[in-house]
Amino acid sequence: MSHPAELTAIPAHAHEHEHDHGGTGVYAKTLIGLLILTAITVAAASFDFGQGNVVIALFVATIKASLVVLFFMHLRWDKPVNAIIAMAGFLFLGVFIMFCLLDFNARNNYLPSNLHPVPDMPLAPGTAPAGEVLHTNPAAAAEGGEKK
Amino acid sequence: MSTTSVDLQTHGHPAAHAGEHAHDPHHQHHFTTMEQQFDTSKIGMWLFLATEVLLFGGLFVGFGMMQARYPREFVEAHTHLVRWQGALNTVVLLISSFTMVLAVQAAKKSEKGKQVLFLGLTILCACIFLVVKYFEYSHKYEEGWLPGRFYSYKGDSIPACHAAPPGEAAAAAPAANAAPCTNGYATFFSFYFMMTGLHGFHILAGIAVLTWILFRAKRGEFSASYYTPVDLVGLYWHLVDLIWIYLFPLYYLIQ
Amino acid sequence: MDQGIATSPHIGDRPRPKKNYLNETKGFWSWAATLDHKRIGIMYLVGVLTSFLMGGIFALLVRLTLLTPSHKLFGKVLLTAEQYNRVFTLHGAIMVFLFIIPAIPASLGNFVLPLMLGAKDVAFPRLNLFSFYLWLTGAIMAIAAMVFGAVDTGWTFYTPYSTTTDGPVTLMTAAVFVLGFSSIFTGLNFIATVHKLRAPGMGWFDLPLFIWGIYATAIIQVLATPVLGITLVLLMLERSFGIGIFDPRIGGDPVLFQHFFWFYSHPAVYIMILPGMAIISELIPTFSQKTIFGYRAIAYSSVSLALVSFIVWGHHMFVAGQSQLATVVFSALTFLVAIPSGVKMFNWMLTMHKGNIKLDTPMLYAISFLTMFAIGGLTGIFLGTLATDVHLTDTYFVVAHFHYVMVGSTVTAFIGGLHYWWPKMTGRMYSEAWGRVGCALWNIGFNMTFLTQFFLGSKGMPRRYYNYLDQFQPLHAFSTVGSWILGLGLFITAAYLLASLRKPMDAPDNPWNGTTLEWKTSSPPIMHNFEEQPVLEREPYDYRPVLVAK
Repeated sequence: MSHPAELTAIPAHAHEHEHDHGGTGVYAKTLIGLLILTAITVAAASFDFGQGNVVIALFVATIKASLVVLFFMHLRWDKPVNAIIAMAGFLFLGVFIMFCLLDFNARNNYLPSNLHPVPDMPLAPGTAPAGEVLHTNPAAAAEGGEKK
Repeated sequence: MSTTSVDLQTHGHPAAHAGEHAHDPHHQHHFTTMEQQFDTSKIGMWLFLATEVLLFGGLFVGFGMMQARYPREFVEAHTHLVRWQGALNTVVLLISSFTMVLAVQAAKKSEKGKQVLFLGLTILCACIFLVVKYFEYSHKYEEGWLPGRFYSYKGDSIPACHAAPPGEAAAAAPAANAAPCTNGYATFFSFYFMMTGLHGFHILAGIAVLTWILFRAKRGEFSASYYTPVDLVGLYWHLVDLIWIYLFPLYYLIQ
Repeated sequence: MDQGIATSPHIGDRPRPKKNYLNETKGFWSWAATLDHKRIGIMYLVGVLTSFLMGGIFALLVRLTLLTPSHKLFGKVLLTAEQYNRVFTLHGAIMVFLFIIPAIPASLGNFVLPLMLGAKDVAFPRLNLFSFYLWLTGAIMAIAAMVFGAVDTGWTFYTPYSTTTDGPVTLMTAAVFVLGFSSIFTGLNFIATVHKLRAPGMGWFDLPLFIWGIYATAIIQVLATPVLGITLVLLMLERSFGIGIFDPRIGGDPVLFQHFFWFYSHPAVYIMILPGMAIISELIPTFSQKTIFGYRAIAYSSVSLALVSFIVWGHHMFVAGQSQLATVVFSALTFLVAIPSGVKMFNWMLTMHKGNIKLDTPMLYAISFLTMFAIGGLTGIFLGTLATDVHLTDTYFVVAHFHYVMVGSTVTAFIGGLHYWWPKMTGRMYSEAWGRVGCALWNIGFNMTFLTQFFLGSKGMPRRYYNYLDQFQPLHAFSTVGSWILGLGLFITAAYLLASLRKPMDAPDNPWNGTTLEWKTSSPPIMHNFEEQPVLEREPYDYRPVLVAK
């Protein structure tokens, strides 16, 4: 899509335009920000916020990660395609963990639509079980007052 | 046919262009310009980094699921990790990312001395990281905090189960009155060694590649017109740092 | 038409160049160390077709064993139950990992993609060669695993069986790990190539739809395959260190393995079908000599198919022990993923409508694809529906479904594409009469073998079973006979294609009057693809006659 004339222009310092974004100063500030955030996350770990601990830790880690990605890895000034690729990686990882946790947290939580009482099937004659009876229907078991 | 065409010489440069500058030795012939080559290399590297995110991400998912399964054991097991060592390693890696970015900047500005200096400092930080890791690992080994069936620490509040080797399932069925046991501690350390091990392997690979780039920088190969390898290795190095940024709180700081 | 205006594709053809990519350099190392995407594509083609042959032999062996419930052939038991498990595992693993996942992208894709873009090569030629050697290494490792007794877990390696069974499981999974990286690097290469190496004037919506399909495939290759990699590593470590993630005896969760495995393997089936659809999107407009109906719809549907494929994997696990909530969510999402495929089917048919249809061999395969994909796709919806899946899961219904999409659709498209680009790749035309014979046998044999299996499955025949009730024998026998006809058809196809190589190179540059850029260069192309950098001036699939002054 570039015109032939543009193909000829390769001055020796073609990438000079990329330097106009702060240089060492920006990088130094980024490092300081990262070190401060590290101190914060270590300090926060000495307090007990219960479930919040993981959330805070991951939240701070994500801010640190964003600093590294935007400034050290240059995405702040790069072409958008690189950012899209980076985001895609994290996005699909997020999809993976989200669905796995969705499944895991819902295990053994029977859906309401499946909880209608079904009468226990009568046993064939002469086949009384020797040990404890396992009920497949927890509702019936609860009704019968037996442990599952 | 009806396609108009740009008349190209045999090695793919527009005719008008041939006299303007000497052919850069790093210019690959299927690219029209060096800038196109540089941009393409960057896209390639970011795609590779995306695959690394998903590769490590799988381990994070596994860790998350196992943590949900054994919350008590994981919290207890993590107290065996030394927080200040993890924090020191975090700081060391952050500094190494800083020196790496300065190395890339120096290459962009064709400053050979600074390139070599900052690449060297990055490698030094990486080595410090590995040394700290060595002390951590050897302590784990002494205490028996090892992965899976090698876990031999005896001081847990719930004793660890010891599964039979594969194929001997029937013989190893626990007796009816056996004390309750758990696999959670062994699983925690399985994940600890897998994730820090894979991460450490990436650090090692990074040191190797950085050393190679250092030698090339010393030879004066990189300058404003060609610094792609330094930039790409830098991106890889920052990813290694990124992974540790998530590893550190999950392993060392969870309550 | 008027005097002075010629519309034949052969007017204006350049004289055939003496040197082309096949004969420009000679000798073993000129191929083994080549950086030319066309040569790499040919090497892949030979590799994947050999794998197809291997996997096909195992398939014939499976079907032969199931011919009768006694498993006997001429009085001798053909395979024991143990051997049978290993043979069907090998069939699956070879076909999936050595053949179908690399086949279209790495062979036809490698050859055609840069040509269609008007580029000289892919973005990273050395990485391309490395991908090929990774494929070769993985293939050799898989064959080694075969030699060491093979694996009996099924190609899906479900735990805890795979973590405890004896046999070279670690070697086999390591082979698949290596093959996975071959796939990742191919996808990486193609994405970078499509982004940056397009000809001047070629915007995203000027791309041939084959490119859109390969691009969408590459997205999946890059994002999904790493998870397969880590899954296999975890499996290997579970076997050797007992890390406790998948084996319930040591505290692991076997359903977690399935989540890990299918997170890759469901998108993987779209790695298989998207390139097939990509080929069909080329064949139908060319052989209808009519512009594609709904170009943007097909382009968008390719990418959305790739993206949505990542959120439906649980439909392989409805009865595995997954939570009911996850089951319901995945089933609902599975209905969503059918929509882009449906869009394409309608667009292809509408392209043919009022077109100037030429029933050459590639088009016969394209039409076969339409029927087979309709059946395969729809039966997928039956399986995605919870109530029916409870009865049909793990039966031959599933086997029939996935063979209709993987073989009836993808392999049909692959063979069609092979015929389409055969003159471009080899400079020769194959025998059209034999082409029709091959296609007819393919259709008859395939449908005999696999349509029968829908009935077997709905009547209750479980998959992967060695023994079966006598009442299933007639259907099994019918299916087995179908497999022989299928094999015969493929053998004939291979024979006439190979025979064509002995003819002189006389294929025209553009035998099909195609509009995409690969037809603008010689058959076979020169080493650097184009003598002059082509610049795109027409819209894709513009079949209006080119006015050439005599």
